[in-house]
Amino acid sequence: MHNKEKHIVIIGGGTAGCVAAGRLAREGYRISLIEKDKKPGGKINNWYQLFPDRRRSVEVTDYINKEIDHPLIDLMTGTELDKVKYKNGKFSISTGKSDLGQADAVLIATGFDLFDATRKEEYGYGIYDNVITSLDLENMFHSGDILTTKEEIPKRVGIVHCVGSRDEKVGNFHCSKVCCVTAVKQAIEIKEHIPDSEVFCFYMDMRMFGPYYEELYRESQEKWVVNYIRGKVSEVSENIEGRLVIKAEDTLLGKPIRMEVDMLVLMVGMQNAKAGLNLQDKFGIQTGVNGFFRIRDNHYGNNLSNVDGLFYAGTCTAPMNITDTISHARAAAVEITEYLSKN
Amino acid sequence: MARNFGFAPIKGRVIDFDRNDKRVFEYVLEREPSFALCIGCGGCAATCSAANFTEFSLRKLNILIRRGENDEVRKIVDRCMLCGKCTLVCPRGVNTRNVVFLTREAFEEFDNYAI
Amino acid sequence: MPFNPFVIPFNIGLYFIILYVVARGVVWFRDLPRTDKLRMQRGFFGRPFILSIKEIFMEGLIHRKIFKVNPVLGYMHMSLAFGWFLLILLGTIEADIFGEKHLNPPYKAIFFRFFNPDHGTAGLAKHYGFLMDLILALILSGLLIAIIKRFWSGIVGMKRTANLKFLDKVALTSLWLIFPSRLLAESFTCGAYGSGSFLTGSLGTALAGFLPAEIMAYPFWWLYSLSLGTFFILLPRTRYMHIPSEMFLIFMRNSGVRIGDQYGSCADVQIHACSSCGICLNVCQLSTSADITNIQAAYFVKGLKREDDVFDIALNCLMCGRCDEACPVGIELGPLRMIHRRAGDPPKDTMSIWSGYLRLRNQNIQDNGESHITAFQYLKPQPVKKGPEVLYFAGCMTHLTPGIPIAMRKIFEAAGIDFDFMDKDGSVCCGRPLTLAGKDREARELIRNNSDAIWRSGAKTLVTSCPICYKIFMESYHLDVEVLHHSQYINRLIEEEKLKLNFLNKSVIYHDPCELGRGSGIYSEPRRVLIHISRLGKSNHEKEDALCCGGSLANLKIDRRKITDIVSDVVEELTLSNPDYLATACPLCKKTFGKADIKAGSEIKDIAEIVAMAIVSEPPEAIELKKRTKLEKVSL
Ligand code: SF4
Ligand code: SF4
Ligand code: SF4
Ligand code: SF4
Ligand code: SF4
Repeated sequence: MHNKEKHIVIIGGGTAGCVAAGRLAREGYRISLIEKDKKPGGKINNWYQLFPDRRRSVEVTDYINKEIDHPLIDLMTGTELDKVKYKNGKFSISTGKSDLGQADAVLIATGFDLFDATRKEEYGYGIYDNVITSLDLENMFHSGDILTTKEEIPKRVGIVHCVGSRDEKVGNFHCSKVCCVTAVKQAIEIKEHIPDSEVFCFYMDMRMFGPYYEELYRESQEKWVVNYIRGKVSEVSENIEGRLVIKAEDTLLGKPIRMEVDMLVLMVGMQNAKAGLNLQDKFGIQTGVNGFFRIRDNHYGNNLSNVDGLFYAGTCTAPMNITDTISHARAAAVEITEYLSKN
Repeated sequence: MARNFGFAPIKGRVIDFDRNDKRVFEYVLEREPSFALCIGCGGCAATCSAANFTEFSLRKLNILIRRGENDEVRKIVDRCMLCGKCTLVCPRGVNTRNVVFLTREAFEEFDNYAI
Repeated sequence: MPFNPFVIPFNIGLYFIILYVVARGVVWFRDLPRTDKLRMQRGFFGRPFILSIKEIFMEGLIHRKIFKVNPVLGYMHMSLAFGWFLLILLGTIEADIFGEKHLNPPYKAIFFRFFNPDHGTAGLAKHYGFLMDLILALILSGLLIAIIKRFWSGIVGMKRTANLKFLDKVALTSLWLIFPSRLLAESFTCGAYGSGSFLTGSLGTALAGFLPAEIMAYPFWWLYSLSLGTFFILLPRTRYMHIPSEMFLIFMRNSGVRIGDQYGSCADVQIHACSSCGICLNVCQLSTSADITNIQAAYFVKGLKREDDVFDIALNCLMCGRCDEACPVGIELGPLRMIHRRAGDPPKDTMSIWSGYLRLRNQNIQDNGESHITAFQYLKPQPVKKGPEVLYFAGCMTHLTPGIPIAMRKIFEAAGIDFDFMDKDGSVCCGRPLTLAGKDREARELIRNNSDAIWRSGAKTLVTSCPICYKIFMESYHLDVEVLHHSQYINRLIEEEKLKLNFLNKSVIYHDPCELGRGSGIYSEPRRVLIHISRLGKSNHEKEDALCCGGSLANLKIDRRKITDIVSDVVEELTLSNPDYLATACPLCKKTFGKADIKAGSEIKDIAEIVAMAIVSEPPEAIELKKRTKLEKVSL
């Protein structure tokens, strides 16, 4: 059978979904790419600059958009999956709007949700005006102004690592991997915008896992004099002047530290997307203890699910940076090609 | 060793790890396995009710117990009010209150039955 | 026939148990503190005595409360207890009316048919015989359920039945033998004499058809007597001691005697009054959600009876009070645990109930006296602002839920109240967590420090956001200021029309925090407040039946991950109706609920936060209170 007669449904039009779609289309498969938002690209659309080189994220978005510009890709935005039937290795899939017919393979690339910071009430997100998340800060970068709600330029900014990650209190035991380096990147960007500000990162561990991340960390210290305090922030309150008061322990000194800041940025972690989790029963797939989809093998089967013909790509399986997401998506394309040529 | 338990002369600047008495640590760990999970983040110490009023760091206490620095542990362990705030903060899910509770229990136990 | 040797085992058993119970009662009474003795003496000649008779009838015989929880289980207990009681009572009357003389010894009534084998073939006696058979059938049906329950406990709805020790098994076997052997003995006798009613008569006739009924009857009369005798003799050392103990307990309770805070006579009566019914096992969320199945009240009490070391069991409990509420015998399970938390880890011999409890009591006093702990010298008098109308004590936990104190500040300001935030820079703990850990003496140091600050402030009202603090303020602080939980205080502000609120068109489910609800009996004020400003719905767990969030400070031992298991179940259960808000009135509940990832999309709010959202910002004239529900109409 010719490749063109084979049909692949990809759920999720973020980085992973789009990259895999492009690869598979070039192999000659017919692709239905379902995206729930109005435009493809996913979370990356929210980011202003990317680590470690601080290129503009639109450059990567452009790459992604080029990938899916292919006649064999049918991109359906604003669409969600509705019904799934699985029989003899084939899927019959319909969205709320139309019937997609039979699919020979399905790729789940539903990505992640950012942790809902209101669940860590002690940090005061949604309670105090100037407690924001890393995403909110990106939006400020987009707009070009970093201002407190009183429209003032913050003189001192605190950054809290591991919000909603590595935290038994919210049931997320995993490390979200990218937020440490995001914190470093954002600290630098703040300093760039507001050179006379002070930035303090409160961390439990600094995890610089990727290429050039450690270098970025060094740069932040050497060039931008970002301060790093090893201690988990436990409480935030607001004083009469409306400044935020942070309570932590400076664990390297063994003394409690209190500090006033004008703005506090929470490095919210990654969780498996709710939209992805909704597919769990429809496809009969499993999640691991970290809440992400369970891959068949940690080393050589990290695109495979427990269902034949169903594959994963990207952050629905674990927190990843963009580089790894793209590699993971390409690997998924290879796996799918191999699977379809065998069947 | 046991006879001097808790009353040994003030130690020097070095943690004499090999000679230190690790019974308190073992006592606590056996009864509260989550004790092993501490990563020393200091969240407990930062939120601590007692630390508002006196020098007291539960993070430090945890490590002192692990290293067998029992004299120092003994000096401060009673300052905890068992209020439980730290258990609501600890990202590792260490049952911190029980650590304090068991440490005191261990001292009582070894004080009474040593010799 | 005046006498037969087979009644001897029965007689020995009967007189033994009567003497034993009387003696035990005397000892219990003697060991009570003087005031409690007086209470019981007064009770004996007054209303408590009458109340107790009624209660013994309703609970000890009919088992009304068990019926409510589980009708099949209730029927089982009722048929055995009430049936047996009727059998004895009507048997005595039967012997009195139809026997050769009045005022017979008890064995004449119990073995009436043996001594009057041809009785009951006609007239009134026949009808009476029918009645006696009916009662026997009633008991046998209950017995059948009991036997089934022992082997398939699911059948009467209990997930787990308390395990038995050896003597209990022997006693249980003899108990099970009593009524079948009576049935057979009576049936054979009736078969031989052609008497008896629908049960004994028919069975007797059938048996006599192919067996020598007259010869067969005698061994069964022996068996009947022996099983009765054995049961009575074993009773003091088995769980069946609960029967007389419960009666004693009912009278004690009605006379106003409570368990207190040291092990003593009342606690001893209570642990013996436990019937191992197992109702407390199924209400305990540690077992239903967290798979911790060895610490529930039934096991705790059993451990006490066996004189085991129960210290860890005593500590591994949320003290949520759900089992106290459910226990049909009314054992004060929470206070009983507290006694053992305070007692610490005692050497084994002091646990002996017979020889030990007085010694244990004395030793406790000594231990506390020379405890090495002199904890909180570092606490200095707290700085206070003089003379605010209201002193607001947020509590330790509330500092981790800043939404609550911020809401309270808004409320105070909107109502124009002159208040001072006593612990805004960090609390001296109220002392309840220490109390719950059994460390009363240390707790007193904190109580003293806080009391001093409260007194010096000169405030008239103390408002707290934390039910844990509220409970200890009420119970152990002896303050001369009025103490209110914020839900009560807000309710008062609304009633006094100091707080003008909008109606928020939001659906709300209210969760009763353990320490506020079952712990302090405050159910109606939070509901009044919520009805005033929102659409308050009902969950499946309201008021006394509220669930515990799982985060209780009282459990020192629980693995934190198990708390997540519990709270996930609780949140799922409470958000079944997809309310906009899941409301609570406790920072600890709120924080614990935060552990669960809420699928329903409901937001967790403290009642104060919902009220703060409803505050009317326009001047009072412009207020239009929409849909203001008439409070009187709503059943609270
Ligand atoms: S990457 Fe850093 S901030 Fe993010 S979860 Fe891991 S350790 Fe925490
Ligand atoms: S329980 Fe003890 S260590 Fe923990 S916060 Fe309270 S006072 Fe501090
Ligand atoms: S909060 Fe937990 S992990 Fe952090 S130092 Fe304290 S006990 Fe250790
Ligand atoms: S404690 Fe109460 S509920 Fe539990 S088994 Fe005993 S009598 Fe039944
Ligand atoms: S108080 Fe609550 S947690 Fe403790 S045994 Fe009773 S039901 Fe279980």
